[in-house]
Amino acid sequence: MKLTKRTLLTGAATAIGLAASGLATTAMAQDKTKVGFIYVGPVGDGGWTYEHNKGRLAVMEHFGDKVETVYQENVPEGADAERAITQMALQGADLIFTTSFGYMDPTINVAKKFPNVKFEHATGYKTAENVGVYSARFYEGRAVQGTIAGHLTKSNTVGYIGSFPIPEVIRGINSAYIHAKKVNPEVKFKIVWAYTWFDPAKEADAAKVLIEQGADVILQHTDSTAPQAAAQAAGNVYTFGQASDMAEFAPMPRVSSIIDNWAPYYIARTQAVMDGTWASDSTWDGIGPGMVGIGEISDAVPAEVKAEALALKDKIASGEYHPFTGPLKKQDGSDWLAEGEVADDGTLAGMNFYVEGIEGDIPK
Amino acid sequence: MLKLEKRPQPSRAFSYLTPIFAVIATMIAGGLLFAALGKDPVLAIRTIFYEPLFGEFAFYYAPQLLVKGGPLILIAVGLSLGFRAGIWNIGAEGQYIIGAICGAAVGLAFYPLDAWYIFPLMVIAGALGGLLWAMIPALLKVKFGTNEILVSLMLVYVAENLLAAMALGPLKNPEGHGFPGSRNLKDYPAAHNDELITGTGMHWGVAAAFIAVILAYILLNRHSLGFSIRLTGEAPRAAKFSGVNPARLILFCLGMSGLTAGLAGLFEVAGPAGQISIDFNTGYGFTAIIVAFLGRLHPVGILLAGLLMALTYIGGEIAQSNMGLPSAAIQAFQGMLLFFLLAVDLLTNYRIRLAAKGAA
Repeated sequence: MKLTKRTLLTGAATAIGLAASGLATTAMAQDKTKVGFIYVGPVGDGGWTYEHNKGRLAVMEHFGDKVETVYQENVPEGADAERAITQMALQGADLIFTTSFGYMDPTINVAKKFPNVKFEHATGYKTAENVGVYSARFYEGRAVQGTIAGHLTKSNTVGYIGSFPIPEVIRGINSAYIHAKKVNPEVKFKIVWAYTWFDPAKEADAAKVLIEQGADVILQHTDSTAPQAAAQAAGNVYTFGQASDMAEFAPMPRVSSIIDNWAPYYIARTQAVMDGTWASDSTWDGIGPGMVGIGEISDAVPAEVKAEALALKDKIASGEYHPFTGPLKKQDGSDWLAEGEVADDGTLAGMNFYVEGIEGDIPK
Repeated sequence: MLKLEKRPQPSRAFSYLTPIFAVIATMIAGGLLFAALGKDPVLAIRTIFYEPLFGEFAFYYAPQLLVKGGPLILIAVGLSLGFRAGIWNIGAEGQYIIGAICGAAVGLAFYPLDAWYIFPLMVIAGALGGLLWAMIPALLKVKFGTNEILVSLMLVYVAENLLAAMALGPLKNPEGHGFPGSRNLKDYPAAHNDELITGTGMHWGVAAAFIAVILAYILLNRHSLGFSIRLTGEAPRAAKFSGVNPARLILFCLGMSGLTAGLAGLFEVAGPAGQISIDFNTGYGFTAIIVAFLGRLHPVGILLAGLLMALTYIGGEIAQSNMGLPSAAIQAFQGMLLFFLLAVDLLTNYRIRLAAKGAA
């Protein structure tokens, strides 16, 4: 036993010595800019990871042989992510995009060890000298969805499939509700928590439950097309594509969609690394800069509703209108935003309350 | 015509050789799979098996073998005791989760106190958590004769939901801006299961795995309880006549496997993972079942099998990243390993004979 331990320790000492020389190798200049991507799902999920991978392909197309991209899919959040990120950095990546919230701490940890590598973490809030964060203002798209949903529902019941009760999702519910209510004061939201980002069976069950409870419009914050299929089977139920266009379900049930478009951002950040101008920042872009896309509104939507939705989209894109503009109260009746006041990003980023009128509690 | 003939005694030579055959067969079939995907099969196999140990960045990957293999070995050693006696704990994943929750909860309860006794208390809580979770199928089996395979497996899903509830509720980081997940124990030195020597991957969980291997070896070879376990598995009737108490054996085997799984969960959450999050568990409890069988349910075998499994994980990740192999191909590759092991295992108990003509 003692001997074994001794051997192990000697091995360790050698390893540390090697580490120094290994890191030096990585730091050496390379002709091609190497960009790495860490994905939480499979590239064929048709939603979240699929769109990030489309961004990667756009980077390859834009820069041609000036870049090399690498990716690893299905990376579990936690210790495995830290290794996957480290590995990319060791293999000489200059810029690494980590594309799920759960990669936040691993990204920060790895970044400490590789000061010369740039990191971009999606949907998180921790930054460092060489770690930037980026996310999309999906709630802008939710405002457009809410407007359409409020007009379309005949039962005045809109179903909402939530993934996890985190600020990102709660923001979407609030934004959709506010705008549905604006065009239809009778509207009610029924919310089901699926506790998953991607699980076709669970998502289909959630959609069926909502339809049975009288919902004739379903919004989803989960990534599979299962709710679309469930709505199609039920007939006369409207849905919206999530993360990806899901156009195969148009014109009914899918009447529009929120599309994540990471390509412009990925290209811009890669360019910045090439030019040596990259600096850590927090990007939160919406419809205006094109990070959030609104999928084609189908003919199942009456022309005047479509026109109203598009007008709202344009107003949000130009910055003329903010989806969270007062007067707004919280669910408990307390004041949140005064007349004409606009929510600040800090409150939005940590949003943990429903606005007035939404029934039910956020799971604790 | 080929004919299978049962050996009067399982072949000792084959029981040692089959894992090696299985690995070779996996390399060949895996190589074919990679070739079918349009990748260089030799390079892929080399990347998986050679790169982590002797490649350019082995200084990083080799310690990671311990990080990845540690929990697998620790859980598999615990499982192997029951498996030897025909007691099937399939729910180590659940016990792993509960161990992590209990251990992390104790650590977080003391935050931000800095005291030497916090980590030892966490270890005890983690072990007890896993043990108690495993006692549910154990007691149900002893009292009501329920099937421990089903009960322990179903409790994994209960544990997963409990984990999500903890990450979103009681254990949520109060300074986490409303996001799910606990405080990161890596930022809390008194509770952090840090590497014992920087850069080696050796943390307390890996040490515990090695200790478990030694203790299991002693138990099975030197202790009467170990003899009862082996006897029950190999000759249940003889065990009955020799006065082995089956209820006690069930409680002990499920309890020990729950305890080791709970410990593995605690060491993982306090160490490499760092925090209780919704997706904290990544399947160690299930993979450990493969490791236990790959290691012939023998402590030393499990040690080697755990390291081999870790190698396929880490090498597989490198192959994915460097060669653009899909992750599903790596999973299929790992699945082949168990498949071939079970297939080749046939040779341990049977021999192939040329049958006389007309016999078929």
